[in-house]
Amino acid sequence: MTTLRTLLTATSALCWLSTAHATELEVTHWWTSGGEAAAVAELAKAFDSKTEHSWKDGAIAGSGNTARPVMISRITGGDPMAATQFNHGRQAEELVEAGLMRDLTEIAAAEGWKDIVNPPSLLDACTLDGKIYCAPINIHSWQWLWLSDAAYKTAGVPVPTNWSEFVAAAPALTEAGIVPMAMGQQGWQQKGAFDVLMIALLPNDIYLKVYDEKDAEVAAGPDVAKIFEAVDQARSMAANSNVQDWNQATNMLITGKAGGQIMGDWAQGEFAVAGKVAGTDYHCLPGLGEKNVLTTGGDAFYFPVLDDPDQTAAQGELAALMLSPEVQVAFNLKKGSLPVRGDVDLSSANDCMQKGLAVLKSAEPLPGGDQLITQDTTRQIEDLMVEFFADTSLTAAAAQERFAEIIGDAD
Amino acid sequence: MAASRPNRLFRNLTAKIAAIPMILTALVVFVGGTLWTVVYSFTGSKMLPKLKFVGLDQYERLWDTRRWMVSIENLLIYGICMLVFSFVIGFILAALMDQKIRFESTFRTIILYPYALSFIVTGLVWQWVLNPEFGIQHILRSLGWESFTFDPLYNADIAIYGVLIAGLWQGTGLIMVLMLAGLRGIDQEIWKASRVDGIPAWKTYVFIVIPMMRPVFITTLVLVAAAIVKVYDLIVAQTGGGPGIATEMPAKYVYDYMFGGQNLGQGFAASTMMLLAVIIVVIPWAYMEFGSKNRG
Repeated sequence: MTTLRTLLTATSALCWLSTAHATELEVTHWWTSGGEAAAVAELAKAFDSKTEHSWKDGAIAGSGNTARPVMISRITGGDPMAATQFNHGRQAEELVEAGLMRDLTEIAAAEGWKDIVNPPSLLDACTLDGKIYCAPINIHSWQWLWLSDAAYKTAGVPVPTNWSEFVAAAPALTEAGIVPMAMGQQGWQQKGAFDVLMIALLPNDIYLKVYDEKDAEVAAGPDVAKIFEAVDQARSMAANSNVQDWNQATNMLITGKAGGQIMGDWAQGEFAVAGKVAGTDYHCLPGLGEKNVLTTGGDAFYFPVLDDPDQTAAQGELAALMLSPEVQVAFNLKKGSLPVRGDVDLSSANDCMQKGLAVLKSAEPLPGGDQLITQDTTRQIEDLMVEFFADTSLTAAAAQERFAEIIGDAD
Repeated sequence: MAASRPNRLFRNLTAKIAAIPMILTALVVFVGGTLWTVVYSFTGSKMLPKLKFVGLDQYERLWDTRRWMVSIENLLIYGICMLVFSFVIGFILAALMDQKIRFESTFRTIILYPYALSFIVTGLVWQWVLNPEFGIQHILRSLGWESFTFDPLYNADIAIYGVLIAGLWQGTGLIMVLMLAGLRGIDQEIWKASRVDGIPAWKTYVFIVIPMMRPVFITTLVLVAAAIVKVYDLIVAQTGGGPGIATEMPAKYVYDYMFGGQNLGQGFAASTMMLLAVIIVVIPWAYMEFGSKNRG
């Protein structure tokens, strides 16, 4: 007992000596699937060991749609956490405008974020009126088609190399009792797949006209009509996919019950946790194998304004740590995402991540949907897609008409 | 009036002081909050409330939204079925319970028990029971009835009835207990008199007992109606509004757009419509109920 007491006194004395007091930072996020949780554990480990502060995990189960309302109501309700995840872009726009988020410009300048963050558009998404309000931590791209080698082997057809081959191979899979396309029945996944098809199957300027300029005529036009036909095909291919969460859908691929899935690169974390190897157990096609393109959305951490100076100091340390090379590598390898800085060594990254890096180097990345449209519009499109995927009596043409209306009303 | 009897305000002063917190709560929280919501439903508020008026835009969009129309339709189906079935089943159970049976308290406990569970638990339990792969369908198929199909939660046309089953299972016990209390309140002399006159039991129930139970019915109606309008957690736990948007409810629309969609204006417009619906039902009833009492 006495030893323990001496130890405690000694440690607290040590704390008093250091300039900033050790404190506990609560960090909220919605990373709860196997691969995601492993990545967060890397962040927590780095924060606990490299600084004297400690990480208090505030994981919120469910997708971002469940977690974001909780985070926002805590921040607006006067009970802010020390740091919170959001996706790059417009999700936290109004919180920043209302002055609820901490200005990170000084830390960014000290750490030289402007020079290291690549592509620079990531930092732009964190910038409002020349000030930086968030720390980007990874690049996630949605435009991936994941394919299960086991499923195609069972069906006796070669693994597709692009979307049209994937569609053509669907009947063979159905015959073998395999679901051609795995799709979780949640709006964000269905809307995500829809956006991916639009980006991969059409020229970039059409995507930008629809989502950036909100041109309702283009959204109602013949090009986008092709996308609705493709989504219609996806609907029939995914008809027997009775799962909800995206990782359950990915698990259908891992177990060979489904052929393919359109999902962001975070799906890779699930394959890694299951011990699958890219190139032999599963294949990945960036841009659906149709086009050399990726969007650069991703996750960023925002730091709400706090009163406690100790916590504020610790926030700064956490922000700097998140972009440090070691953390970037450790975190992103587990998460299956790409690092936000171009100067780190990723030779240990697997096949799929290398492909992603190559695409990012060779082609100008597109802004992701979260950066272009508001959550409100996103939600409306999600509602439309949920209905479309569940109700086969809703035709592609009727759905497109409603899509064009939503785009016309968007801001 | 205050001038002619100046100290009327100060009569029962302690009681009035004691009531102040409650009055303030009612005024500020309920009335104030309601007015605030209605006012902001005419603004273009996004994530944070802003007084930027946009007229009836939010309402126009609301009534143009298919999901809202489906929600209203679902609420009507769920509400009417819930009212009718829970009253009928609840009353019949109570009447059976009132036959001086053995182990009455055991039965009462069993039937009331589901009410002790939250809607979240109820929703999850029934999600599993109705799941074709390990629920009722699976059990009956493994007993040899191979062609049996019962998967309401996976069929958009009937999914709302799957939710209704869960709602009834949870709520009927409470109705039964309330009805039973009402039945116990009926004077035994009435039963004796009807027996002497040779009136069949069912006629006694329908023409004498039920009209006498009017206050109990009204209390029950208010409880059930309130539970129907605000149904949210059951949907979230059991179906998540799916398949597609087949089991969406107005309260879920409000939540999804207010917080998930970061569009407070739209959420407020939807909740104002819900309030309006409640007012349309409550005002004529309150008028009949309290208006006639004043006259009599």
